[in-house]
Amino acid sequence: MDFLSFLITGLGLGSVYAIIALGYTMVYGIAKMLNFAHGDVIMIGAYVAFFAVGKFNMPSLVAVLFSVLVCTLLGVLIERLAYKPLRDASTLSVLITAIGVSYFLQNAAQILWGSDTKIFPTMFDFGNISLFNGQLQISLLTLITILVCIVIMVVLTLFINKTKTGKAMRACSEDKATAQLMGINVDTTISITFAIGSGLAAIASVLLCSTYPAVNPTLGSMPGIKAFTAAVFGGIGSIPGAFIGGLLLGVLETLAKAYISSQMSDAIVFLVLIIVLLIKPTGLLGKKISEKV
Amino acid sequence: MLLEVKDMNVYYGVIHAIKNVSFEVNQGEIVALIGANGAGKTSIMHTISGLIHSRGGSIQFDGQEISKMAPHKIPGLGLIQVPEGRHVFTEMTVMENLEMGAYLRKDKENIQKDLERVFKRFSRLEERKNQLAGTLSGGEQQMLAMGRALMANPKLLLLDEPSMGLSPILVNEIFDIIKNINKDGVTVLLVEQNANKALSIADRAYVLETGNITISGPAKEVADNPKVREAYLG
Repeated sequence: MDFLSFLITGLGLGSVYAIIALGYTMVYGIAKMLNFAHGDVIMIGAYVAFFAVGKFNMPSLVAVLFSVLVCTLLGVLIERLAYKPLRDASTLSVLITAIGVSYFLQNAAQILWGSDTKIFPTMFDFGNISLFNGQLQISLLTLITILVCIVIMVVLTLFINKTKTGKAMRACSEDKATAQLMGINVDTTISITFAIGSGLAAIASVLLCSTYPAVNPTLGSMPGIKAFTAAVFGGIGSIPGAFIGGLLLGVLETLAKAYISSQMSDAIVFLVLIIVLLIKPTGLLGKKISEKV
Repeated sequence: MLLEVKDMNVYYGVIHAIKNVSFEVNQGEIVALIGANGAGKTSIMHTISGLIHSRGGSIQFDGQEISKMAPHKIPGLGLIQVPEGRHVFTEMTVMENLEMGAYLRKDKENIQKDLERVFKRFSRLEERKNQLAGTLSGGEQQMLAMGRALMANPKLLLLDEPSMGLSPILVNEIFDIIKNINKDGVTVLLVEQNANKALSIADRAYVLETGNITISGPAKEVADNPKVREAYLG
């Protein structure tokens, strides 16, 4: 029974990782860059929701939408101001810039809102459901988190595969010059990608903070790194890869905490990543990188 | 005049790749641009499509200056390029590739008609419409790249090395198709290393040598030019 409970908790945590990992993987797939400021967008999303509910007494759902809106705009703004001027620069310059943006956001949050940890308000109180005569207690929030993740996954997959914009994104991901020869605006497509990734980060932040209700300026770092790991684990650039990588990572982390050591759990998770990458360098669902002749 | 290129100059760093190139393409023509590998043919195509820019000079298409335009705005004017090496979207289906060709169009009925025409012209594409483009053979990919371009309803088609890497039978087939497309009213600017084939279907031709146009004239005259015979026709 314990195992089942740990498994569900792990899937809940993994769902949050998966939603964040989507932002990394989509941006990597289309802009071919690692946006290390993505975790800090989560942090901003958490603060926005925190103030929306705590200070402005917005209803929870409205607060979530408001946070999504702010993060979407922030993501597009970051791309336009920091990354777009580096479109033709080396990947190293872009990477360093992304780390710079990450520090900028953390320090801006510290100046604006202080470095102390604030308690995230209870936005959703669904209680628990009991199964097997009370032997298994499951938080409804965890189930909703998993459900939200699945819905996001399905909608995003349909969007990428069925809509004209989604197809244009895939075309850009494969070959930007040729996409432009079709009349596709690559800058707009990249902006849309950042908008989607950052909007999803806001949803992830609310789900994360509803389970672990502490808000501070470095809140996004660890989930950011974990989700990045999940994206690499599943095969960066692949949307189903982010989903599977996120869930596996969440389950692995929770089980490691429960059965091995809570201090060692992160080390164990990263060790597994190293092993996976040694055996399959492109991740679980990653494409084989073939050199063009 | 449908396309008029004046004083095109392209630099890659300090290398002056295209030097004061001027040429024109009239409505209804097939114009061939021939030259050896590295002469600058693809640079000219990319400059016309806006992927790289000329220093100075002008490019007029259908009466409009396009030399400073963003590349994604040019296809909407009816100037469509089939790039060297085909560049189909390998991870998308044949059908999706064709849809991308019509990306800017909103006239659904005409798109459907053009799709039928493309399938009529390239029947193999219809058989394989749900297959990933990456699984097609080289010849089929060339047909897909051309079909995709036709889906944009072009006024001027830029074809960059359509015969590259294809068997002689397929080369003949592709060149017959180019002639047919032209007969249906599409003007063609053709860049080729295969000078023989290009000159056989072209109305006029330009010879490009290390970034300069050295010979130009009606295709027949260019083909009879002793220098051209020696250098390109063997």
